[in-house]
Amino acid sequence: MFYREAGQFKTSYQADQALFPILQDRIGMVVILAIAFVAIPLLANDFFLTSIMIPFLIFALAAIGLNILTGFCGQLSLGTGAFMGVGAYAAYKLTSIFPDANIILMVLLSGVFSAAIGAVFGLPSLRIKGLYLAVTTLAAQFFLEWCFIRIPWLYNYNASGAIEVPRREVFGLVASGAEATPIVRYFIVLGITVLITWLMANVLRGRIGRSWMMIRDMDIAAELMGIRPLRTKLMAFAVSSYICGVAGAMMVFFWLNAAEPSSYSIRLSFQILFMVILGGLGSLGGAFLGAAFIWILPVALKFVPGLLGMDIAAETVEHATFMTVGALIIFFLIVEPHGFARLWQIAKQKLRVWPFPY
Amino acid sequence: MLYDIFIDPFVQMYDMPDFFLQVLWEGFVAGILYALIALGFVLIFKASGVFNFAQGIMVVFAGLTLVGLNENGVPAYLALILTIGVMGVLAYGVERVVMRPLVNQPEIILLMATIGLTYFLIGFGEFVFGGEPKQMITEQLGLPTGSTAFEIGDRGLIILQHIDIAAAVIAILMVAALGIFFNKTRIGRALRAVADDHQAALSVGISLNQIWAIVWFAAGLVALATGIMWGARSDVSFALEIVAFKALPVLILGGFTSIPGAIVGGLIIGFGEKIGELYWGGLVGGGIESWLAYIIALIFLLFRPQGLFGERIIERI
Repeated sequence: MFYREAGQFKTSYQADQALFPILQDRIGMVVILAIAFVAIPLLANDFFLTSIMIPFLIFALAAIGLNILTGFCGQLSLGTGAFMGVGAYAAYKLTSIFPDANIILMVLLSGVFSAAIGAVFGLPSLRIKGLYLAVTTLAAQFFLEWCFIRIPWLYNYNASGAIEVPRREVFGLVASGAEATPIVRYFIVLGITVLITWLMANVLRGRIGRSWMMIRDMDIAAELMGIRPLRTKLMAFAVSSYICGVAGAMMVFFWLNAAEPSSYSIRLSFQILFMVILGGLGSLGGAFLGAAFIWILPVALKFVPGLLGMDIAAETVEHATFMTVGALIIFFLIVEPHGFARLWQIAKQKLRVWPFPY
Repeated sequence: MLYDIFIDPFVQMYDMPDFFLQVLWEGFVAGILYALIALGFVLIFKASGVFNFAQGIMVVFAGLTLVGLNENGVPAYLALILTIGVMGVLAYGVERVVMRPLVNQPEIILLMATIGLTYFLIGFGEFVFGGEPKQMITEQLGLPTGSTAFEIGDRGLIILQHIDIAAAVIAILMVAALGIFFNKTRIGRALRAVADDHQAALSVGISLNQIWAIVWFAAGLVALATGIMWGARSDVSFALEIVAFKALPVLILGGFTSIPGAIVGGLIIGFGEKIGELYWGGLVGGGIESWLAYIIALIFLLFRPQGLFGERIIERI
């Protein structure tokens, strides 16, 4: 009833092939974009932007990156955190070497380095499959983390061993560094995230995306049908690492201001993997839903005891948060193993047939 | 440079045999501990096809429960028995709450569920017993402390910690006990049947749920033993989590389904890591222990994708 595509006839191939062929989808997308670009900047305060929206968008982008590899190409990876770190360190080196270049360009460029490294660590995927591959990506995680600590050139020989983001301006506005306002950062992060998501939505329904899905569903069969596994798998690794790298660079430049190697530890990899699994493997919208859940839930949980008027030590709250997140992950896996994206599908079907049950 | 890589370490090994033997011993003990964690993984993977990521955390959790109970005034041996009980309850709970509803799901979903369990156990352990590192109650449990020095001819001496010797002995006893359990008892045979084929096992009247609870309990006991040994070498805290990840390359190296594989894999990783770190680590600035194990496993995997002792992977279309 509310979501009815009956009667929406396409009169050209172009209209039939559109990204959102259904009118209601287009309206919904415009509403979401209007909220993101207009309503939130107008209404939100600095706290909301810095500690909820900016990290949420960055994690959503990273989750899209991992989703391309794990959800669409079927290669399990536990090295996301390290690939994000590569992006961050590459962006930091680039902006140190070219201080006058546009920082947004540098962030986008930094993904290229992490794509190259991702492709190198993707090479074993041709021989090693499934859970065994997860361990080779763990090798990437620990090896790269070690590099961030042991190669002083990467952090410009700082005494602290951490990277600190310098002040950079874009079109006259301070974009990074301590003085940058949350609103500018928010718009940059939002712009990059929307751009990459839109690009990926189109790549994934095209030839490349379909070949990834063929590899995921059965690589031997795909090979027999003329898909080259080497090229396809490495491309998935490269594209995925590129996106993760950009997300990692944004994380330090537009959110944290400073990062040390432990910011890109295995914990981060797991966090992103949770977002992907809970959001739904092989779904771009799911990546956003998963990121929202995993990021916002702990933030929200911190305020629960205060609201209930209980006085609990911060440490206890943190432990309780860990417990709750773990329990909720198990709960959602049991209730809906296909993630929030699947719940959204069910909701759409319900809207379609409303007021009838089916 | 080439000299430093290919000749110098071997010259050092020859010149200082006492140091070399000491390194080998360290590698042996580390390998045994890795093998014990990997053993817990293998038990569960064989019986249910679940890649139990939480095994490493179960080790810490078991150790923490034991120490935590003792700190609260429970005598050491009673605490040990209570901890065994806690692991039993945990096994039953995991089977009932996590495994049973998720039966027949894709392996990645099961893997995620065990990662969720990991988070839950970290939170729960710290919630109940506090987050600060604790001292293992080695002496109260009657485990030996102290060390013995051996002289090797006139070329120096090596020092063996008694607790390490105890760890090695207990590990060997445990593997032997598991071997007997698997081959000689009724439940052990049922476990092997389940590992071979779930449906066939069901059809001859083996209860999958019961078997899974038993397997998780066995893995919990292995975790407890590992936790005690490990805690005795360093403090008990969830910072050990990172060492638990080391069990993964061990597992990969040996193959997911092989108990001897876990032990051989553990020893290879243990030796390789210690020797690599002490003789070659200096060349690149040290600290290579954090990733060397994974690279070793990766190299082995490139030649044998199913691990050293794993079952051959046959793919059909």
